[in-house]
Amino acid sequence: MLKDATAIVGIGETVFAKNLEPSELELACQAIKAALDDAGIRSAEVDALSSYTMEETLEFEVARNLGMADITFFSQVGYGGGAGCAAVGHVAMAVATGVANVGVVWRSRKRSDPRKRVWAQVSPRVTDHWKYSRPWGLVRPVDEVAMFWRRYMHEYGATRDHLANVALACRRHANRNPRAFMYQRPLTREEYMTARWISEPLCLFDNCLESDGALAVVIVRADRAADCPHPAAYIHAWSQGLTRQHQNMTNYHSDNPMQGAAWAAARNMWRQADLRPRDVKVAQIYDAFTPLIPFCLEAYGFCGEGEGGAFTENGALELGGGLPINTSGGSLSEAYIHGMNLITEGVRQIRGTSTAQVPNADVCLVTSAYVVPTSAVLLRR
Amino acid sequence: MIEAIPLPSTDDPLDAPYWEAARRGELVVQTCRACGQRRFPPRPMCPTCQSFEHLWAPLSGKGRIWSFVFPHPPLLPVFAQIAPYNVIIVELADDPSIRMVGNLVTAADGPINQVDPTTIKIGTPVRVVFHRVDNDVTLARWVVA
Repeated sequence: MLKDATAIVGIGETVFAKNLEPSELELACQAIKAALDDAGIRSAEVDALSSYTMEETLEFEVARNLGMADITFFSQVGYGGGAGCAAVGHVAMAVATGVANVGVVWRSRKRSDPRKRVWAQVSPRVTDHWKYSRPWGLVRPVDEVAMFWRRYMHEYGATRDHLANVALACRRHANRNPRAFMYQRPLTREEYMTARWISEPLCLFDNCLESDGALAVVIVRADRAADCPHPAAYIHAWSQGLTRQHQNMTNYHSDNPMQGAAWAAARNMWRQADLRPRDVKVAQIYDAFTPLIPFCLEAYGFCGEGEGGAFTENGALELGGGLPINTSGGSLSEAYIHGMNLITEGVRQIRGTSTAQVPNADVCLVTSAYVVPTSAVLLRR
Repeated sequence: MIEAIPLPSTDDPLDAPYWEAARRGELVVQTCRACGQRRFPPRPMCPTCQSFEHLWAPLSGKGRIWSFVFPHPPLLPVFAQIAPYNVIIVELADDPSIRMVGNLVTAADGPINQVDPTTIKIGTPVRVVFHRVDNDVTLARWVVA
């Protein structure tokens, strides 16, 4: 029903930097205008909007700044970085079904200021499930993910070198991308191994950047996509994912904590798809923390359970390897805007315009954040 | 940023019995009255049979370390002062599908950065101890058994 029925035909981005001066709303407007210009579509034609929660810029503000007319579909998807691909999916459904015709998905965030760290805003009294983790000092997402990685190393014999492989791949790709934070900052394995701990067993380079920026994409039905200036990135399949007994970031209480939300998104995405993991030439895998890559390589079927670490060996994740990932540098080395830059980079790979272009990249997987309730989308030429 | 440890609310009728038992030095778990299934963290409904009826059953207080981490700054001020410290997850001997976040200590009221980090291992047997924080909050912690 949805298969190849819609496409991303425009992408737009602001500069990525620390301490950008414009407000998040203004940055959103910049990105959306750039995406609409890229698509060759006027803002007055937009009638579907979707974004993430934890977003200060609301639909009506975007609409009235950009001079949009009636908006007949709008959604905000929850769970922070888990939302990006879902926001694309929501708009794709609205547009495919005819509830709307032209959709925009955006993310705008000024997160470089340390005072903006969400974990630092915790209340003196915690009333929800976090009361069973935060009082003991498990406060930040990096701590919560580190707990899974320690268990994973124990169960499967994975090592720090496997995480270094992820960090180095993303950094090397960023070193080819003039828009990336880390464009001119190479990283060596030695530097990775001697970096300070943030939540042992995770070090500084296992963590994503803290950035300001905004990005947007434009989605239309397939029949209109052909009229747009750039090659369309068709949405072949997508899904959200929330597994049985899941508990948000602190998913320690389900039957198998090592199979979290991405497994549900993956099962349902592949169920709808004609394509298979072996057809994927390049992947943009949400990388707030390096362990998420081996976890997602397993969840999305590129290797068996427990094999994600080994998969990263021998340059597999780098341009020229078996499955290049995060080819603009990702959240680890380009910018951290809750994975929206993974979506735009996925589109670039399909178009053939990436700074780390994979030859014949006709199929690209994009995932949103794991461990939270998540989403994923399969793009194709 | 808060200056003290983020504390749990203890007056929610749903899980007040857990915190009341902790104040008495007892580890309890929510148990479905209809089908006997245990669940943690507490919630209104049983996922197995959808009953809203539950009771609180005592646990042996024994478990094993399932995983652990050592947070380093940047942290909330109260944790930054004592970093690095340990946070562990314990799987309960009574029911290994129940896992609880805690700290490994050498004494119930001791600091959470006291245990030698090189000695902490997955699988180590532990038992629960209790640490009073203030009038309504007592936190379960763990010592090597």
